[in-house]
Amino acid sequence: MRPHVLLLLILVPALASGQTIDVGSKRFTESYILGEILTQTLQEAGEARVTHQQGLGNTAIVFAALKAGSIDLYAEYTGTIAFELLNRKAPADLPSLERELAGHGLGVAIPLGFSNTYAIAMPEKRAAELGIVRISDLARHPGLRFGLSQEFLNRKDGWRALKAAYGLSHDVRGLDHGLAYEALAAQQVDVIDVYSTDAKITRYSVRQLEDDRAFFPPYEALVFHRLDFPRRYPRSWAALSTLEGRIDARTMARMNAEVELSGRSFSDVARGFVGSARAAGTPAATPEASSFLGVLFGPDLWRLTLEHLGLVLASLVPAIVIGVPLGTWAAHSPRASHWIMAIVGLVQTVPALALLAFLITLMGTIGAAPAVVALFVYALLPIVRNTASGIMDLPLPLRESAQALGLPRRARLVRIELPLASRSIVAGAKTSAVIGVGTATIAAFIGAGGYGERIVAGLAVNDTAMLLAGAIPAAALALIVQWGFDALERLVVPAGLRLPQES
Amino acid sequence: MISLENVSKAYGARLALQPATIGFSRGRTTVLIGPSGCGKSTLLRMIVGLVRPDTGRVVVGGETLTAANLERVRHAAGYMIQDGGLFPHLTARDNVTLLARHLRKSAAFIDERVRELSTLAGIPADALTRYPQQLSGGQRQRVGLMRALMLDPPLLLLDEPLGALDPVTRYELQNELKSIFARLAKTVVMVTHDMGEAAYFADELVLMREGRVVQRGALDDFTERPADAYVGDFMRAQRAPTVQIP
Repeated sequence: MRPHVLLLLILVPALASGQTIDVGSKRFTESYILGEILTQTLQEAGEARVTHQQGLGNTAIVFAALKAGSIDLYAEYTGTIAFELLNRKAPADLPSLERELAGHGLGVAIPLGFSNTYAIAMPEKRAAELGIVRISDLARHPGLRFGLSQEFLNRKDGWRALKAAYGLSHDVRGLDHGLAYEALAAQQVDVIDVYSTDAKITRYSVRQLEDDRAFFPPYEALVFHRLDFPRRYPRSWAALSTLEGRIDARTMARMNAEVELSGRSFSDVARGFVGSARAAGTPAATPEASSFLGVLFGPDLWRLTLEHLGLVLASLVPAIVIGVPLGTWAAHSPRASHWIMAIVGLVQTVPALALLAFLITLMGTIGAAPAVVALFVYALLPIVRNTASGIMDLPLPLRESAQALGLPRRARLVRIELPLASRSIVAGAKTSAVIGVGTATIAAFIGAGGYGERIVAGLAVNDTAMLLAGAIPAAALALIVQWGFDALERLVVPAGLRLPQES
Repeated sequence: MISLENVSKAYGARLALQPATIGFSRGRTTVLIGPSGCGKSTLLRMIVGLVRPDTGRVVVGGETLTAANLERVRHAAGYMIQDGGLFPHLTARDNVTLLARHLRKSAAFIDERVRELSTLAGIPADALTRYPQQLSGGQRQRVGLMRALMLDPPLLLLDEPLGALDPVTRYELQNELKSIFARLAKTVVMVTHDMGEAAYFADELVLMREGRVVQRGALDDFTERPADAYVGDFMRAQRAPTVQIP
């Protein structure tokens, strides 16, 4: 088991067990809607309390949450699982995905009935005129103008591969995906790339061309779940199974359109689909416009506090353990000091999100582990610098008295220099801790939890109350940490250094 | 007891100490005197390796000072500076016993020695439980002396030992120190810029100027046979009110 998974399990014991089913979703419309559909279906089964952790993050983050048991299931696509999560080169059928995932304690099941993949589309009318049904038909009309998204143009498995597979030789323009349908309607272009469940497919009358050479890998939507879920919640599982094959691409596109184009809420649209006479008293999955105090003191407050403190402590303690010796080294060797300060100072200037992105690539994981490393890196500078300056600022007579006494280097360090520098060192650690409490909110962007979860969620669904319910506890925690260090100072700094200064 | 052979020290372009050879004999009190920046402290600090000479060597008790024997030589030398150089985070007693504790001397030895020294230095027992900041200037100096004498070293090195004291306390401590030196028969090297104090303590005086020894000898030699015009000027400038002490 990876360290970050262990950490999450330690920090989130409440979520690893108990009678709550947690549904996750990624941060885009379709995932939110599917998350709501799964959630409401599970709530109807009535077997356990169900919560929907909306918009947890990108694929890697939601996947990590699933592996860690922070969520029990979410809607995912077969292509994403094969290419992004299992690093396969070619698409895989369901049984082989199942086999491979079982090793991770995960399973896939209940294909929902649609595939959200790239598709090539034309205006319905024009396609009918030219008699174009399949992508291979395009080769007969070299005059058609293609407008393709930058992403599709630049992907290895995008335009260049498609062109080769179908022997196409058309002129191509790069086009922002948000404008593609409009450009098509205005007859600026004849052919665009789309997602098969795009909201706008329903508004503009377009024909998706048949992929007759099976170029695009299938991205079939299904339920991605923890392997033990069906056994633990048999009735819930039975309810979910009724969704199999119920959502076709057109239905999905229509639901996307209801949210994106008509402004209905995710849960509302999902409720329309589930179409049930659900008991009115069941609590909503996630409060969508709840009171500020309700969110602030929500049931997740304790978990978020523990996670947040966990992140800060897990980074601060190693930063002290490594920073104090580094600062000591710097204080005694001008040459080492030059390099230590340069490196420690340099990493401090890297923006937090850039550092996190770099660490995710480097460590090949998301979640608490890269977050802790990033916080550790930021915590180093104040500790190293305060340790070094605390030692270097010792008055020369004291330093020389210690030497002249005949104490060996190590004893001088332990008995004289570090105690005399202790106030400065504690002040450095305090600075690091307070900064750490603030910076740790960013860790939620990579699924590391903490108060940042509320801030990120608040930003994603534009809910100010939610945002403040994350920011205010973080500020309060920073104050508490500061007071904690003031108390610690009385323990660490020797009594002789805390006497009132005589005038 | 101590000899510095052909030692010199430069800080950047400034020559703090010109090549010099000088010895200090056992059981005598030698006072290094001169204006600030004359190199007297540099010379004193060389003896315990706080300043490493650019040239020459330092021989203490027949051994050439090296990194290997540095600590042993330091244990044989009590070093005291202006205001005592006490560590503010340790009580007076912990300051005095720090080295002995580090060397794992027995508690009985330490207690006995602290009792002797507090009598010798005139420090009451309750003052030993206080932190340096809670002591008077004179008490800090006395505690500094106790610390220097803790392991009964044959050698005492004092750098402006009474520089931070008010005149009355200074006068009192001068008297006490002189009798302690006489009783203990230590080899003492002291640095001061006060001619009166120098004359009071010294078996032998060494006058320095601009990194160079100008004259060495007894007080009479300085007054009656000054080596050059500078010595005469220095004696005249210093002599007037303070030399009357003895």
